[in-house]
Amino acid sequence: MPLPADILPAAAVSARRGGNRGDRLYHAALQLLGGAVLAVAGLVLLELADVAAPAARRLGLGFLWRNDWDPVSGAFGALPFVYGTLVTSAVAIALALPVSVGLALFLSEMGPRRLRPVVSFAIEVLAAIPSVVYGLWGLFVLVPVLRDWVQPALARALGFLPLFQGPPIGLGYLAAGVILAVMILPTVTSVTIEVLRTVPASLREASLALGATRWEAIRMAVLPFGRAGIVGAALLGLGRALGETMAVTMVIGNSPEIHASLFAPGYSLPAVIANEFAEATGEVHLGALAALGLVLFGITVLLNGAARLLVAAVARGSARSAR
Amino acid sequence: MDAPANKISVQGLKAWFGKNEVIHGASLDIPDRSVLAIIGPSGCGKSTFLRCLNRMHELTPGAGSSGKMLLDDRDLYAASVDPVELRRRVGMVFQRPNPFPTMSIARNVSAGLRLNRVPGDHAEVVERCLRQAALWDEVKDRLDAPATGLSGGQQQRLCIARALAVEPEVLLMDEPASALDPIATAKVEDLIHELKQRYTIVIVTHNMQQAARVSDRTAFFYLGELVESGPTEKIFTNPSEQRTEDYVTGKFG
Ligand SMILES: Nc1ncnc2c1ncn2[C@@H]1O[C@H](COP(=O)(O)OP(=O)(O)O)[C@@H](O)[C@H]1O
Ligand SMILES: [Mg+2]
Repeated sequence: MPLPADILPAAAVSARRGGNRGDRLYHAALQLLGGAVLAVAGLVLLELADVAAPAARRLGLGFLWRNDWDPVSGAFGALPFVYGTLVTSAVAIALALPVSVGLALFLSEMGPRRLRPVVSFAIEVLAAIPSVVYGLWGLFVLVPVLRDWVQPALARALGFLPLFQGPPIGLGYLAAGVILAVMILPTVTSVTIEVLRTVPASLREASLALGATRWEAIRMAVLPFGRAGIVGAALLGLGRALGETMAVTMVIGNSPEIHASLFAPGYSLPAVIANEFAEATGEVHLGALAALGLVLFGITVLLNGAARLLVAAVARGSARSAR
Repeated sequence: MDAPANKISVQGLKAWFGKNEVIHGASLDIPDRSVLAIIGPSGCGKSTFLRCLNRMHELTPGAGSSGKMLLDDRDLYAASVDPVELRRRVGMVFQRPNPFPTMSIARNVSAGLRLNRVPGDHAEVVERCLRQAALWDEVKDRLDAPATGLSGGQQQRLCIARALAVEPEVLLMDEPASALDPIATAKVEDLIHELKQRYTIVIVTHNMQQAARVSDRTAFFYLGELVESGPTEKIFTNPSEQRTEDYVTGKFG
């Protein structure tokens, strides 16, 4: 954003004279920027709502729970995409959370000191990989492994659950969930490490002095204290998983159906928007896609809000007990 | 046996953090069921000495110690001694009360029992330990309330009850009253009088009157050196070392 070139020198001069004017200008500039961010978000919402309006008028609220989607015959239901998004994100978090908590404990409490930087670097690398590369890896490595090994094994061991029934084809909810798990691992791990840092050392000492091993001290004092924050970390990871587009599009199978089995192909909100927006025919189709965008926006806002509240609650809790 | 047995015997203890030696060879004996007070200015190694006695010192990265420490004539640092096991025999109360904030009052007390997988609901032990810690009457109606709702003095007595629940033989107390008001302090001191019938107690204190009131023997540390130790009365009225006399009469520190 181009700032008037004379603001900064003026602020410097007034700082020498007494500082008030410079402070005011600085504040005003910050408020302007903060307001601009909100305004952009608001405009995006308005624009989306505007594009969605024809579809909303035609389809009504039923759009939200219809479970079929066929633009050619005019069927527009959001449910397959909402379902696919939620299911893949749930799989991702179920896989990523235990691994992340384990990694966070390894990095901050238990791991051999010499190994920690190596693991920490590996996690940073995961965070830097572009999502299309994850998608390619998913197609060429993960999907065959799931199809030939993991899904048959799961079907044998847990096939009595509807979750693990049906033909093992590789592409589908499970593949998308596993990729998402790897992608959100860095976020969840680093937030969990931050949460563990807020646990007062005195609690660890209290457990150790009672005759706890290091692991028992973690179970008894560290994890219970950080519980809400770790849930917050999981929700932040979930927020990332919900919006992830490219990698999911490449492995979820892109079929707008609802299946109980994780082996089945499905679709997600971001994936269908990315795939169909360019060739959407007619304002109802376009509007339905925009409405899907609004639904995704709503889900993300709800989750991020919940995550932030939980993390803040933990910060307050640790401040209280440190007193 | 004619003389009372020594519960703890320390010979030539040195302790360090990395390259920094903070205790330069300390030797003293602690008779069974007695109270030893450790006095000395800040930073002279009192806490470190205490933490060597339950092997908490070695948990700090880079920290270590040498010399002999005997508990019931057995070497604390022998390869056969499991430090985790040892810490159940040598309990510790810290300077700042540190109850587990996620647990109720009762569960704080029974935490060590659950750790040791003692079966049962522990209600009896909880009551006995809270009575021993002179806290029972104040909390008996809210045993399931969170421990964080207690006052500082109550929290510290809760921590004492928690330490007692695993039935240690020795109780280490690191300035247990320094964060408390005078009334709570008096309660903790009364408690120490009670407890020494059954436990050997080592208490670090900044407060000279407190040392004189509660202890049988006193050790004076200065700059990592154990200057003098002996019967409390002697240390306070007729010390052998000039530095001890200067300190207990308030000339420095
Ligand atoms: N965790 C630590 N790491 C490094 N040095 C420490 C640590 N804790 C204490 N020390 C040093 O060890 C010395 C003795 O400390 P401490 O035993 O806590 O003294 P006191 O309890 O008598 O005040 C001090 O010089 C202190 O700076
Ligand atoms: Mg100290």
